[in-house]
Amino acid sequence: MLQDAPANLSSSSPIPVAAGVGLRLQHMPLLASDADDAPLRAAWLELHSENFLNAGGPRLAMLDEVAVRYPLSCHGVGLSLGSAQGLDAAHLKRLAHLFNRVKPGLISEHLSWSVVDGAYLNDLLPLPYTEETLRVVADNVKHAQDVFGRKLLVENPSSYVQFTASTGPEWEFLSRLVDMSGCGLLLDVNNIYVSATNNGLDAATYLANIPVAAVGEIHLAGHSVDGEGDDQVLIDTHSTYVCDPVWALYAETLRHVGVKPTLMEWDLDVPAFEELQKEAARAQVLMDRAMQGVAHAP
Amino acid sequence: MLLDLQRTFRNTVAGPTDDAAALVTTPRRLAIYRNNVQKSLVDVLSAAFPVVQRIVGERFFFALARDFAVKHLPDVPHLSVYGAGFPDFISGHAETKTLPYLSDVARLEWLRGEAYFAADALALDPQALAGVPAQSVSALKLQLHPATRLMQSMFPVHRIWAVHQLGDGDIPAVDMSVAESALITRAQYQVTVREIDAADAVFVKACAKGENLEAAASAALATDEGFDLQGALQSHLMNGTFTSFSL
Repeated sequence: MLQDAPANLSSSSPIPVAAGVGLRLQHMPLLASDADDAPLRAAWLELHSENFLNAGGPRLAMLDEVAVRYPLSCHGVGLSLGSAQGLDAAHLKRLAHLFNRVKPGLISEHLSWSVVDGAYLNDLLPLPYTEETLRVVADNVKHAQDVFGRKLLVENPSSYVQFTASTGPEWEFLSRLVDMSGCGLLLDVNNIYVSATNNGLDAATYLANIPVAAVGEIHLAGHSVDGEGDDQVLIDTHSTYVCDPVWALYAETLRHVGVKPTLMEWDLDVPAFEELQKEAARAQVLMDRAMQGVAHAP
Repeated sequence: MLLDLQRTFRNTVAGPTDDAAALVTTPRRLAIYRNNVQKSLVDVLSAAFPVVQRIVGERFFFALARDFAVKHLPDVPHLSVYGAGFPDFISGHAETKTLPYLSDVARLEWLRGEAYFAADALALDPQALAGVPAQSVSALKLQLHPATRLMQSMFPVHRIWAVHQLGDGDIPAVDMSVAESALITRAQYQVTVREIDAADAVFVKACAKGENLEAAASAALATDEGFDLQGALQSHLMNGTFTSFSL
């Protein structure tokens, strides 16, 4: 475990069509210390790539343990696919090294930007949906896919503002991005709900216009509500349980898009792992129901 | 065009301008992004410098960290390496002048973080060293473990750090007139911090520069003629200071 070259620690496991759980640092000792033949605590796990880009130490050692037992997906928050100045070559290299280490079943990033002139803002910032932005993001996605040698899933963001420069809706932008770059989509149902509510759009219309064949994964998370009346805004905090309207939208997503690997995300005020398992189990019930619905259809 | 927009947006969420307000439909909500950017960076610093935060208090730390964050945005997206410049920022800050030791405490905390994330390597096996022929010992060069860091301070930096690990009770008084050196390393996966004397610090520093054992020992003896090479080596071998040697 102490060699520099991390090869052969795990082989690539495909992400099962089941409910997985976001891998958080505080749960790693628990997951890493399970016996090799202990039952899995989740069908699959998703890590934040940027948490594992250091040279060595206990965190990576625990990740190696987890990677032996669980199918993993790598979800990035720092590649900044919307950067007008292109992608950071050093960061692409670090990510490729991590993917070589954990052999993720899926890799994903966001439709957002976070760096300009070399200064990172540590947030998933919104983009104006214009022809120029589409060219920029499509070029960046193709660049990343060339470096990684595989398809990238791009996640729809949650947003609090819209740019007056935008010339079309987000769903149309995503649809054309899929066509231009060959990327897949990571459909975050909570983000659809948050963005639609904040920006006065219709979540059902959004969902109806998604290129369903491109969806490779679904995200679920909780948000918080800030302010009152006209000032009310939903904040995508990933700090609580999934709310009822998002569960309803998820059920609708399963009917419309089909049953896809679904991840339960929880990033702030992270509870015991058992709570995340319970939320994932709720998603699994809806997935099972949707699959039976398909099986029983005439 | 997009580049201009991104620069404007950055200057609003991490800087003093409101220019991005003209670009969006709900300008008041830009405050959400500003808060996300600034608070998330403060949180990273707060996790990396818990003793500094405890010394100055949460409110002062927040202001100090936010001031640093907006002036020194991260240059990489993985934030385990964010905050390297914070100790220097503290020492140059007008409002921390009354706590002259604070930047060294920050430096010690930073080095602990570096040790935690440093590359893996085995600690030097004492048996391997025992096999070196007596006539070659003075020429051997000890290679520091990738996680080993040395901190030399005019203040009792290790003692200050240590008393702040004791839990929530009253912090014992520390004699601020004592200079201290601390050695940080990571044997297996546990980061350790221990105080070493001034001569030993000179010894480790000389080894880090690639000096052989004889040169490193005489540098240490020049600092303190009572330097005990045998004893120092023993505790370095026990604590995993070194990873290998060459002849």
